[in-house]
Amino acid sequence: MLDSIDMSLVDWSRGQFALTAMFHWIFVPLTLGLSFIVAFMHTIYVRTGDEEWKRITKFWMKLFGINFAIGVATGIILEFEFGTNWSNYSWFVGDIFGAPLAIEGILAFFLESTFIAVMFFGWNKVSKRFHLTASWLTAFGASLSAVWILVANAWMQHPVGTVFNPDYARNEMINFWDVIFSEVAVNKFLHTISSSFLLASIFVIGVSAWFLLRKKEVLFAKRSTVIAAVFGFITAIATIATGDTSARIVARTQPMKFAAMEALYEGQTHAPLVAIGAMRTDTANYPDPREEFIFKIEIPNALSYMVFLTPSGFIPGISDLVYGNEEQNYMSYEERIERGAVAIQTLKELKKAKERGDQVSYDALRKKFSDPVWIDQYYRHFGFGYYKGRELKELIPNVKLSFYSFHVMVILGGHFLIFTMLVLWLSLKNRWGNHRWLLWVALITMPMPWIASQAGWVLAELGRQPWVVYELMPTISAVTRLKPGAVQLTFWIFLLTFSALFIAEIRIMLAQIKKGPGGE
Amino acid sequence: MLDNLDSMLKKIFRFYYEGFRKMTWGRNLWGIILLKLFIMFAILRLFFFPDLLKRDFDSDEERASHVLEQITKP
Repeated sequence: MLDSIDMSLVDWSRGQFALTAMFHWIFVPLTLGLSFIVAFMHTIYVRTGDEEWKRITKFWMKLFGINFAIGVATGIILEFEFGTNWSNYSWFVGDIFGAPLAIEGILAFFLESTFIAVMFFGWNKVSKRFHLTASWLTAFGASLSAVWILVANAWMQHPVGTVFNPDYARNEMINFWDVIFSEVAVNKFLHTISSSFLLASIFVIGVSAWFLLRKKEVLFAKRSTVIAAVFGFITAIATIATGDTSARIVARTQPMKFAAMEALYEGQTHAPLVAIGAMRTDTANYPDPREEFIFKIEIPNALSYMVFLTPSGFIPGISDLVYGNEEQNYMSYEERIERGAVAIQTLKELKKAKERGDQVSYDALRKKFSDPVWIDQYYRHFGFGYYKGRELKELIPNVKLSFYSFHVMVILGGHFLIFTMLVLWLSLKNRWGNHRWLLWVALITMPMPWIASQAGWVLAELGRQPWVVYELMPTISAVTRLKPGAVQLTFWIFLLTFSALFIAEIRIMLAQIKKGPGGE
Repeated sequence: MLDNLDSMLKKIFRFYYEGFRKMTWGRNLWGIILLKLFIMFAILRLFFFPDLLKRDFDSDEERASHVLEQITKP
């Protein structure tokens, strides 16, 4: 299947989408987290009437505004790309993506953009309580926007609550609640939101540390740090807890991604967790190359325990999934390819029967797509059918990148927990700022949550390759057959535009930080 | 009733008008937002990112038929 697809088109289309999504994600987590931190600060001001809290609130609100303004609408480009570069995919998932995105557009976006104006223009113009309400509604509006896009993404990772309509080649929602409350969606939202709050907290601690290092605006910096440290410590715990749950869900719903992120080739009980390691590609087994560890430090039994809460739990390796493991009930990919090919052929025959007006054949074929047994035996493997005649290794995600992105995220997550705990403890003892080296640590730590957050998305999206919709639609069938040159051109246009916007963000933000809370 | 509504709308207009007029650092941001939206919608959307299925086909049946052909072809 799809022998004729130009892989450079697929790669450039993927690269373009990744560039856009990663750029968009520079701004989103800071907007999500900072909006709540500002709302907390604003609440303290309204409750105490202390003018210093007003200055603090206004300063962080200003940085929130800069980030919001530069980042706003960058996500719309992703929707452009759906329609042009991924038209097969957008049609295939239309209703699932359509509903959440429409809700996002109507409800969350308008809530956010209406109240953001009140938040910025409302000082001394509206009542304090209404103004404060606007700050909180802006924060909730931002998170509400995130809910819907994450629900849509979760469905791609774990398609539930839908049926495939073969007449229209579309997945149709049959249970809205199954889609929005799937365990993947709920956990994805909690993990993304908590990690975004953590990112914003570390941003506030870092900027405040800069003021403390220069011995400027000390009261402002210390008060900001306390709020951010409390928020950061709580959300660091939440991020780790939801990350742990996320790994457990991935092990169950996307075992190949789980095996790749631990570079586990042979399944085993008492599986160890690789705490840290470095890999190189062993090409001796070509065409079946493997990533081998140059060195690794393992925690015995930890992987099995993490997933099953018992060391005797069996964790399938990449080989078990590709070549099958009868004992553990894993069907081989070759078998799944055969079954998927049957499903694709059935869909093709159904289309032909409909076109030639052969009602009897059409009815018989149409019936299969609503038969739960046939769906389980064939349609469930639909996406595998595209790999008939292709190399099996195409069905394995990039192990090295999955491994490193997962471990970078986990190691940084541990650092953030210790860091926020230390900042909180020292702040409560009124000793934060006494040690310059710790302030430097805060400054150096500042960009790290972005690295962790991007690594998380790399793992989520790259680790599920080759699927766009898990096991139903691979990237090669989702892509629109455009000329690769056209995609390359827009890739470079985006890179240029995004770089300019990023430089603008940094420059404006640095200028405002230098002015401090007193400057206008 | 209509007078109240009229006065409310005037208040809202004045709130936004004054807010925008008194902006200092926000002016640059609005410049960036407008430039960005222009690039996105007037250039990228118009010349580089048409919704292909919407542009090339008139009905959902035609779109479905095209996608079915695409996702089932060898």
